[in-house]
Amino acid sequence: MTDISQTPDAAPTTKPKGGSLFEKDARTKRRNAAESRFKMYGIAAIGIGLLMLIVLVTNIVTAGTGAFQQSFLELNVELKADKLDKKGNRNIEDIKKVSTFGYAPLIASALESEVEKLGIQTDLKSKAMGKILSKAAQAELRNYVIANPDEIGNTVSFRFLVNSRVDGYMKGRVTRESIANDKSISVEQLDFVDQLRDAGVLYKAFNPDFILGADASDQRPEAAGIGVSMLGSLFMMLVVLALALPIGVAASIYLEEFAPQNRLTDIIEVNISNLAAVPSIVFGILGLAVFINYMHLPTSAPLVGGLVLTLMTLPTIIISTRASLKAVPPSIRDAALGVGASKMQAVFHHVLPLAAPGILTGTIIGLAQALGETAPLLLIGMVGFIASNPPDGIVAGFLSPNSAMPAQIYEWSKRADPAFYERAWGGIIILLIFLVTMNTIAVLLRRRFERRW
Amino acid sequence: MALSWLLLILLALAVIGFFAGRSRALASAGGNVRDLHSLPSYYGYNVALTALVPAVGVLIVWLLAQPMIVNSTVSSLIPDQAVPEGSERGLIMSEVRRVAYGLDGAVASGAMTETQAQNGNADIEALTKTLKDAGQVLTQDITQPILVAAQKFRSMTSTGTVAMQVVVLALALLGAAFAYVRTHKEFRARNVVEQGVLALLLLAASIAILTTIGIVLSMLFETMNFFQLHSWKDFFFGSTWAPNFRGGSELSILPLLWGTLYISVIALLVAVPIGLFAAIYLSEYASGVTRSIAKPLLEILAGIPTIVYGLFALLTVGPALVSMFGDGGMLGVGWMASSNAVLTAGLVMGIMLIPFVSSLSDDIINAVPQTMRDGSLGLGATHSETVRNVILPAALPGIVGAILLAASRAIGETMIVVMAAGAIAKFSGNPFDAMTTITTRIVSQLTGDTDFASPETLVAFALGLTLFIITLGLNIFALYIVRKYREQYE
Repeated sequence: MTDISQTPDAAPTTKPKGGSLFEKDARTKRRNAAESRFKMYGIAAIGIGLLMLIVLVTNIVTAGTGAFQQSFLELNVELKADKLDKKGNRNIEDIKKVSTFGYAPLIASALESEVEKLGIQTDLKSKAMGKILSKAAQAELRNYVIANPDEIGNTVSFRFLVNSRVDGYMKGRVTRESIANDKSISVEQLDFVDQLRDAGVLYKAFNPDFILGADASDQRPEAAGIGVSMLGSLFMMLVVLALALPIGVAASIYLEEFAPQNRLTDIIEVNISNLAAVPSIVFGILGLAVFINYMHLPTSAPLVGGLVLTLMTLPTIIISTRASLKAVPPSIRDAALGVGASKMQAVFHHVLPLAAPGILTGTIIGLAQALGETAPLLLIGMVGFIASNPPDGIVAGFLSPNSAMPAQIYEWSKRADPAFYERAWGGIIILLIFLVTMNTIAVLLRRRFERRW
Repeated sequence: MALSWLLLILLALAVIGFFAGRSRALASAGGNVRDLHSLPSYYGYNVALTALVPAVGVLIVWLLAQPMIVNSTVSSLIPDQAVPEGSERGLIMSEVRRVAYGLDGAVASGAMTETQAQNGNADIEALTKTLKDAGQVLTQDITQPILVAAQKFRSMTSTGTVAMQVVVLALALLGAAFAYVRTHKEFRARNVVEQGVLALLLLAASIAILTTIGIVLSMLFETMNFFQLHSWKDFFFGSTWAPNFRGGSELSILPLLWGTLYISVIALLVAVPIGLFAAIYLSEYASGVTRSIAKPLLEILAGIPTIVYGLFALLTVGPALVSMFGDGGMLGVGWMASSNAVLTAGLVMGIMLIPFVSSLSDDIINAVPQTMRDGSLGLGATHSETVRNVILPAALPGIVGAILLAASRAIGETMIVVMAAGAIAKFSGNPFDAMTTITTRIVSQLTGDTDFASPETLVAFALGLTLFIITLGLNIFALYIVRKYREQYE
């Protein structure tokens, strides 16, 4: 009893050496500080990564949305018969003889009468006024007349593209200060543009030709579109799908289900994992040396691009197909074998259908990867020219020179006029929309069909 | 007859063979399926496959071999004196091909008759004019030897094509007939078909080997050609990269290798700390919700095509860096002259590699057994001490492997450096300088007008082979480390 009663008196004098657990000593504080610091580093690292993603995405969106809009000028053009059809016989061959230059006066006079009608005061000469229009305007007019020769003599309303500088001014990219050394546009012309805009005939509108149209030459960034190279990418993806899927699935079935443990199998396995890590440009060199120099397949053709991308995507498809074959439980195979199926029948009738959703997901992801790949395409000549005509027909789609979406974007990024940069960013938006769609489909397929055994 | 028609005929033959074989087997069993050795469709597949597979195999081999044989025969037809001074036999051959295709096109469009096209003594000027009028592309004037060679080329190609069609069709018919005759109710059709399918599967799997062999051979041959034209000492040990298409180039890989490694090191300096800390946080600290949101978001960075990063570097990061470090920039130091710089490319490449490092390290950290964590925490270590003193040492080999894989990606990366690193080959330690890399030079030497007889073009293959060997070595080493480490804990 005395012991107990004495202890409270003794306690205050001999304070435990480490102090109370509630009172942290310097060492513990240091360790705790290090702990939270360490945790902060981790949060900061993730923060930086996500910040970069946000910066990248905002940058793409802000820089690229402009490409989907274009400035147009509405004009009523009188298709004068004495200029377009001198013989007056409406013969299409005679009409075709009038070159695009022959259409310039029509546009100029249309612009002049428009200015007069709107009551715009300007000191600009008629030629300088015409300069605000795109060089594509005359060709557009000519194509219309050739397609509709009956309209000659009438006055038709057109929506012409304006020059890229004027378009840049409408979008805020070009300012009066920035054109100080620019020979292709003057401050007076911008004043004139202001007047036209206030009158409502010059306006910005959605531009479907950017998505569906063809590339244009260096001089006409306002007319360039990504549609033709989109077709090129489509044909390439068809080649990849038609070759990589069957070959990849066959190879995976062999390796996963039939391959004996021997040296050949080992070599194949090592090869596949190494091919997955070979830089893509090396595949481009292979394509150049084998498909173009040796087999003389046409340069710049989507077929060649598709073959190169097939070789590049095969390892991806094989790896994911093997994973989904492996996920099918052995009991399925055993059951099939047990009721008398051969090994081949067990695989093709039971394992493969069960693995199909996984294979499909892997294939879509492989295709998405191939769609965005650029480097090999540079070497097989899918850049450096203007993909101005859509292929005529399916065979031509595979064999005639074309660009591809990423190659087209690279091509635009190399051109001198900054108006092309906007188009490059716009192209990237379209490319990313495709990639996001494909990946979403893959994820949805996986969610929908994934089975846990 | 076009190739597509040939393939269609083969397919039709296979389909007919399928039904013929199937009904013959059924007939041999008197219509009683149970008397057959295999299911009836196997007899059909047997006929179809025997018809199709050898024929298509021969077709592919023929298509690959014919151009080579025709080329070498026609090339030996051109006398040496017909090859102009300073030109190459290969160039003459491409001209021959162009003339031959021109003749084909002219005949097809009806601008000349087949006999005119085959006339070896034709008036050359008139012929050139006819071809040009027919819209065929000719780069130089046709000479007599070229015309003769082109006509030989045409005749050999057309004979070869006809022979190919005959052989392929005959083979298909023979195969179908052979299998059809063998079809009988005792015939073990399933075993035969399964053997055949297995062989096809093996063939598909061997394509990986074929691709590797193709890569190595295609680069090896051209590299050997290159070393015949250019000294290997200069390539490996020279100090200057100065290609000159008039000859006398200095083509050394060292300045390019320096630029490549410099940019890769900057990229890794960005990617490794960020990626590693992100992986540690995600696997050790983050709650399930944070992890399920942050991890896929980070991995989006890995799915973005490199062209996007290239454009980002060229148009956004480069100008931003110039506005900071350039003349009259925010810091007023004037270190950076143009937006193309090692730093620009390195930073952006680093961003690209973050998810690569983080997801690989994440896997590796997760593979460290939980007991090791529990032991360390039980002894009173804080969480961060556990990570630093127990988990990281245990995961170190794997993390080194991940970093090596990232390094191999950085060395082989093309678009970012093509768009943002610049084109000047030099040894410099200044990260604000423009420098060039191996991949950039491969692209620039192989795009545009290429002449496969000049060392300036062929050097790209030597560069490609070196790049292939470096990345392959890094990958094999990294995979070896990762695998060895995995075995330790399994």
